[in-house]
Amino acid sequence: MDWINLVIIPAIKSIILVIVLLTGFAYLTWFERKLIGRFQQRIGPNRAWKFGLGHPIADALKMIFKEETVPSYTDKILFVLGPALAIAPALLIFAVIPVGPSITLFGKEIPLVVSNVNIGILWVLAVTGIGTYGVILGGWASNNKYSLLGALRTSSQMLSYELPMGILLIAILLVYGTLNLNQIVTPIVPVPWYLRAWLLLAFPVFFITMLAETSRKPFDFPETENELVAGFQTEYGSIKFALYYMTEYLHILGACGVAVTLFFGGWRGPFVDQVPILGPAYFVAKVLALIFLFIWVSASVPRPRYDQLLKFCWTFLFPLSLVYMAITAVAVVLL
Amino acid sequence: MSSVSDVFQGIGAIAQGFGVTLNALFQKPLTVQYPEEPVAVYPRFRARHELRRYENGLERCIGCMLCEAACPTGAIHVEAAENDPANPVSPGERYASVYEVNLMRCVFCGDCETACPVEAIVLGHDFELAVSSRDGFLLKKEALLNPKVPNVIVRAE
Repeated sequence: MDWINLVIIPAIKSIILVIVLLTGFAYLTWFERKLIGRFQQRIGPNRAWKFGLGHPIADALKMIFKEETVPSYTDKILFVLGPALAIAPALLIFAVIPVGPSITLFGKEIPLVVSNVNIGILWVLAVTGIGTYGVILGGWASNNKYSLLGALRTSSQMLSYELPMGILLIAILLVYGTLNLNQIVTPIVPVPWYLRAWLLLAFPVFFITMLAETSRKPFDFPETENELVAGFQTEYGSIKFALYYMTEYLHILGACGVAVTLFFGGWRGPFVDQVPILGPAYFVAKVLALIFLFIWVSASVPRPRYDQLLKFCWTFLFPLSLVYMAITAVAVVLL
Repeated sequence: MSSVSDVFQGIGAIAQGFGVTLNALFQKPLTVQYPEEPVAVYPRFRARHELRRYENGLERCIGCMLCEAACPTGAIHVEAAENDPANPVSPGERYASVYEVNLMRCVFCGDCETACPVEAIVLGHDFELAVSSRDGFLLKKEALLNPKVPNVIVRAE
C-alpha cells in the first residue's frame, strides 16, 4: 500500500483544510459583522484589538467556557448528536473543491484538492443532504415546540429548494459534460464562450437557491428569531450552539466554493500557469466576493412569509429552472 | 401565476433596495465613539443640576426656596440662613446653608430653573449620572457648586 500518497498527504491536506476553514469561519463572522455595520452606517465591532480583530477569539473563548445544559425530558443521545451531525458534513463539502492547480513540493506533485473524485457534484449534494439531518435531529431532540417547528421548516425548505438547484446543476453538467469539479475548472474540451455566458445567466437563480439551502437571510426560516426564538437551536448553548453557528458559516463557505467552481472558473485567473500559488489566492478572492454578495443580500432584503417562500420555489423557481434546463439541453445538442 | 411584468417590477424593487444599502456602505458611519469622543447635545438639553456663582465668587442662591416649592416631585431640599455682613456667602440677606437634590426623585423637568429669580440653579449638560451606591444620588451643595466638565459638545439648535 502506498502510504505516502494514499494516507499521509491527504491527511496533511485535510488538517490544513480544517484549520483554514475553522479560522476562516471565525473571521467570516468578523467580516460579516463589520460589513453589516457599514451597511447600516455603523462601525461594527472595534473594541477587542485593532479593527475588532480580537472579537472572534473572544467569542470562541466565551462559547467554550459557558455552562453546558441539556434540558430535561430530551433524547440525550440525539441532542448531542445533532450538532456533530451538522458540522461534520459541512466540513466534508470542501473535500472535493479544488482550490488551486497542482504544486510541486519536495519533488512531489500535489494537487490542491483533498480528493479528486469523479462524482464531485454528487458528493456535495449528498453531504449537504446529510447535514440537514443534524438540524432536524437537533430540533426534534430538544423537546421544544419552537425547535420542532424550526426543524420542520428546515426540512421542507431544503427539500423544496434542492429541486431547482438540482435541475440547474443538471443544466450546468450538460454544458461541462462531467461531474468532476477538477475537470469543470480545467475542461478537457474547452467550453465555448456563448455557453459560458448562458451559464452565467443562471447564476441569479442558483444564488437564490444557495441562499435558501444555507438558510441565510432572507430565507433564514429555521431560526426566524421573531417567530421561533432561535428555531432548532433554541435549547442549545455553549459549544453545541457554537457548532451550529459554525455549520451555518461553513455552509456559506461551501456554497460559495461550489458556485465559484461552477460559474466563475474556480481558481483560474491571469498568470496562474506561471505562478501556481496564485490559484488559491484567486479562489479565496472569488469566494470573498460571493460572501460579500451574501452579506449585501442579508442587509437589503426582508424575510418573506413562510408560505411565500415555498410558493416562490414551486411556482416560480422550479418551472424557470425546468425551462432553462430544456433550453440548455437543446443548445448543447445543436451547437 | 404572476405575470411577467410583475416579475420585472419585483426585480426592480429589490434592485432599488440593494442600491439603498450600497449607498449606505459608502457613507461615513454615524457612530459616536462615546466614552472617547463627546456626545453632541442641544443647548437646552437638561441633565445634572448645577448651582452657579457670580464672577466675584459669591453664590447666586439666596435661599428663597422657590425651587423647592416649584419642584413637582419634591426632589429639592433647601435650608436658608442669614448672611454674615462682614463675610457674605451670597449678595442677598440670606443664603442656602443646605441645598440638596435627590436625583432618584428628579424628573429633569426644569421647573426649578424657571422658578429661580437669580438664575442660581440650572440643569447642566452632564448626563453621566450612574453611581455605585444610593448615597451617590443625593447631590449635596458642594457637588452642585463644583460640577465636572461634561463629556459633550453643544450642537446648534
